[in-house]
Order: sequence, then C-alpha cells, then structure tokens
Amino acid sequence: MSVTSDLDATSPRYLRDKYAIVGVGETAYMRGSGKTTRALATWAVRNAIADAGLKPADVDGMLSYQSGDSTFSTFVAGDLGIRLNFYMDVFGGGSSTEALVGIAIGVIEAGMCKVVAIFRAMNGYSQVRIGGTGVRAAAPVSGDMLHGRAYGWQSAGQMFSPTFMRHMHDYGTRPEQVAAVKAIHSEHASNNPKAYYKERVTIDEVLASRMICKPLHLLDCCIETDNGNAIIVTSAERARDLRQPPVLIRGVVGRCSKPRLDMHYQHGPISTVAGRYAREILWPNAGVSPEEVDATGSYDAFTFTTMLQLEDYGFCKKGEGGAYVSDGTIRLGGRRPNNTSGGHLCEGYTHGINMVIENVRQLRHDADDSCPIGADGKRRHTYDYREGGCRQVKDVEVTANLGWAMPGTGSAMVMRRG
Amino acid sequence: MTIKAQYLGMPLDISELDGENLQYFRYCAEHDFHLQACSGCGLLRYPPTTACPWCANADARWVAVEGSGTVHSYVEVHHAIQPAFRDHVPYLVLLVDLDTQKGVPTAEEALRVVGNLTTADGVLAPPELVRKVGIGTRVRMAFSDVAPGLALPQWTFDETARQPATVWRYPQE
Repeated sequence: MSVTSDLDATSPRYLRDKYAIVGVGETAYMRGSGKTTRALATWAVRNAIADAGLKPADVDGMLSYQSGDSTFSTFVAGDLGIRLNFYMDVFGGGSSTEALVGIAIGVIEAGMCKVVAIFRAMNGYSQVRIGGTGVRAAAPVSGDMLHGRAYGWQSAGQMFSPTFMRHMHDYGTRPEQVAAVKAIHSEHASNNPKAYYKERVTIDEVLASRMICKPLHLLDCCIETDNGNAIIVTSAERARDLRQPPVLIRGVVGRCSKPRLDMHYQHGPISTVAGRYAREILWPNAGVSPEEVDATGSYDAFTFTTMLQLEDYGFCKKGEGGAYVSDGTIRLGGRRPNNTSGGHLCEGYTHGINMVIENVRQLRHDADDSCPIGADGKRRHTYDYREGGCRQVKDVEVTANLGWAMPGTGSAMVMRRG
Repeated sequence: MTIKAQYLGMPLDISELDGENLQYFRYCAEHDFHLQACSGCGLLRYPPTTACPWCANADARWVAVEGSGTVHSYVEVHHAIQPAFRDHVPYLVLLVDLDTQKGVPTAEEALRVVGNLTTADGVLAPPELVRKVGIGTRVRMAFSDVAPGLALPQWTFDETARQPATVWRYPQE
C-alpha cells in the first residue's frame, strides 16, 4: 500500500491511522430471538468489550443508531455497569456505522471520552420489519409522505428500484449480472458458520424466484433477522497494548448525499448514487485509491445496491458495474472479494455494522470460518474456498466499507491492518 | 384546516400547519396542476418546499403547469407492502419528467413528478395497460379524487401524443 505523506497538521487528513477498531462482537443471527433489543445490545457490546481485552469500566462513550425500533445507550450502559462520559443515540439505518465511527473519532479527539462502543440491536424479523411490512404497512400517510407512500411507494425496494431500472436503461446492465451478487455472497456465507443462510444459490435460482417489485426478485433482496452487533473505537495509541492486532481507520465519510434529499430523483443522473460524491472525500482522506483496496463491504440491501456503489466509488468505470460484480472479481479468491461474511443477503440484516465487523476480522487475518485453530488461538487458514471451508482473504491489508442508506445517501470507511 | 381522508382504505392527512402541501393538493382537487415558482430566480420546484432549492428564497407564487411528460423510470410492484395496494398488483409507480423546465437549470435536472399509472379518471391501471408502459412512454396527468381539498396527481397513457415506436421495459419479460 502506498501511504501518502501528510505532514500538515492542520489538514483534515491528519487523523489518518490515529484511531482504531479494537473490538468487535455480535449475537447469533436469529429469527425469533425471544429477547428484547436491550438484551441483544448488551450481549453484543459485552462480546465486543471482551474481544478487545477491555473491561466494561474501560468504556466511557457509547453510540447507537436505530429507527424507533431499539433500546438506548442508557440501558445498555446501565446493564454493564458502564459510567458514560459521552453517549448519543442517532436516528437512522444503513450508512450509520461509518458515520458513527467518524463521530466517535471526533469526540475522542475533542477529549470528551476515550473509548467508544457503537451498537445496533434489532429484532428485524420478529418485531419491527425493515421492509415496512407488519403493523407499519398500514400507518397513516401524512404531509410530505403523500408524495411517495400514497402511491404505494414505501418500502426500500420500491423506493430504490427506479435507480436500477434507469441504470439498466442507460448502460444495458442485466438482471443476471446483479443476481451474481447473491450467488457469490451465498458462497461466502457457506463458509461462515454464523450466517443465517448458509446454502449456496445459483444465478438461475435468483432469477427464478418470485418477483417482489420489478427489478427485484425475492432473492435479490436482503434477509430479515434478529441480532445485535457492536464495535469498539479508541485511539491507535491505546490500541497498541490491547488484545487484538489493531485495525486502523484511514478515513471515513458520513451520510454524504446527492442534492435534493427531500426527493433526490429531482437531480440526475438517477442511475448515479451518493458514492459519486463520497468518493471525493474518501480516497483523498484515506490516501489510497480503489486499486489499492483488497476487499470491500459494499452494502447489499439488494443485489443492485452493491453494484451501484462499487461503480460510483470508482472500482470500475461508470456503467461497467454489471460486469464488475459478475466476472469473479468480488468472489473469494478473486481480485477484490466483497462481503466475505455473506452480508445482508445471507449472513444477517444489521444496517451495515456486520460488514464492518467482517472487515475488521479480515484485517486481523482471523476470519471466523471453519479452519482449524492453532495453539495460539488463531485459525490456520487454508485459503480453500470450497463450501464449508476458508473465507479469509489472503494477505489482505486494506478494506473499504461502502454503507448505503438510499440512492441519495451513503457513508464509507477505509481501514488497514495495523 | 387539517385534512383527514381515506384513499383505498389508507388514512391520509395534512396538518393545518403545512401550508405548502395544503395549497398543492387543493389545486389538485380542482384538477388544476400548480407548482411553486420562486419569486427570486423564477424556477419551478417539485414537490412543494418551504424555500427555493436553487437560491434559498422563501417567497414563491403558485403557477399552473401543464401535466404532460415522459416516463423517466419506474418500478412495477408485484408484492404490495401496504394493505391499500394488495388488490391492485401489479401496479406501476412512475417517475415522469415534466416537459416544462426539463434539463433546467442543469442538463441532469427535471421536475420528476411521481404518480401511479392510472386510467384517465384516476383509477389504478389494469394489467394490460401496465404492460404497455415503460421508459419513454408519453403520459399526461390524471387525478384520483380523495376528499374535498385533496386529490392525488396521477399519470395516464397519453392517447393523443405521438408515442415512441418502442419503450424500454425490464428485460426479463
């Protein structure tokens, strides 16, 4: 990896490599957790603290995100006996994780606290379903929402689809090209013992699954699960004497947007997503180019969201995303694997945080697959990616997470092995 | 005055504080499509906003706009989420480039007005009509009457316009 020299302390790039993710943790991925989101969050945060080799009392900052569907930092901190110097619970779903990492860096840098736990806990299957199904489907439609929901334009799939329809129109992208994203992520999930769906599926099976809303078949859509996930952020200096090899944060972008978020379709091209803007912050701040990234975590709410982001962040030329996601590049063993855990399409739905956790483990060279564990507690990776085998990316040094809220908003983060 | 109404069994409401949306839908109820025109730069905007997205001027006047345009993109819903739409699948949600102000102020911008594909009298379109429409189809505005002071602007196939020889539809059909 080439590291751009950056001696100017007033530069916004100055914090490059100054902060680290030192702990990651999650619950099982479930349908019907039988637990409150408070219990799920506590479980995940406790695991992340233990993973870091910290004690609960070492954590003094907490951040979470939710959509009115989860517990708050106050309860989780209380359950673990953590006295907080800073906390905030933010409204939002996808594209929050990377943004909150940026906030965590900011508040630590400002001296407000020292170690921040970030969590997302949701009963996304058994309580509040993200697609808007269940009780929320019949909610009253008020004011500004009349311009969308009154037309049966409410779920994420319904709202995002005009973007991909137009992409197919503008560039000739094919349904089978994005279906490859599901097939490839399912291969990755088959090597992830904790994935909710571990069965491999084929492109033909995706295309033969029932139509939800054109252009989305059932298997083009992510799954719904119950789970809690957490990460621990602190300074690189503090990270040095902790349990895990530190994973350094090179740069973050938080909720970077297209114009006219009140209705982003007013400003085209609508086949372009927020990554087009976010990349102009991400790559200069991180000091790397897409070519230098070894693995990606491009948010797979739907098969096409993965493709649109990889394209607009510059991993391929505009319009060539269909080829990029279907030519083997994003598969384990390929040039730049994407969502090696199986992502939202297969592992579980977490609004993006599990993709960050996966890349942290990848950068530690310790993906939790079925490879044998050595005397030092680390896995002996075989790099045999056949079903039930290894999912560690060989010699991975740099990763990029591309978080997605909707076509108009995205967040991103570049990390490197410390 | 607050509007509370039912459309396809779905509750719709507009607060008495929401002057912009009340005025927009009041014109629609008269089957008369109006948009805000900025008092500063003169540009039209959609949907209603409280200031101009291009110059931030808070003053605007309502002007009549012709309800004609071209389908820019769409989604065809087969699995309805909202109970109101379950009896109407498949239905189309259209993003339509109005002819007015298309490509202004930049080439990539247009007033892209959302609506379902409906019949000329604002009833959700039957399947044979749904299959006929795609990117490039010429449409004109129709209205679904909901309540006094509230109708939803919709789009219907324009029988009088010159239609393109082929329109773009999702490939797997």
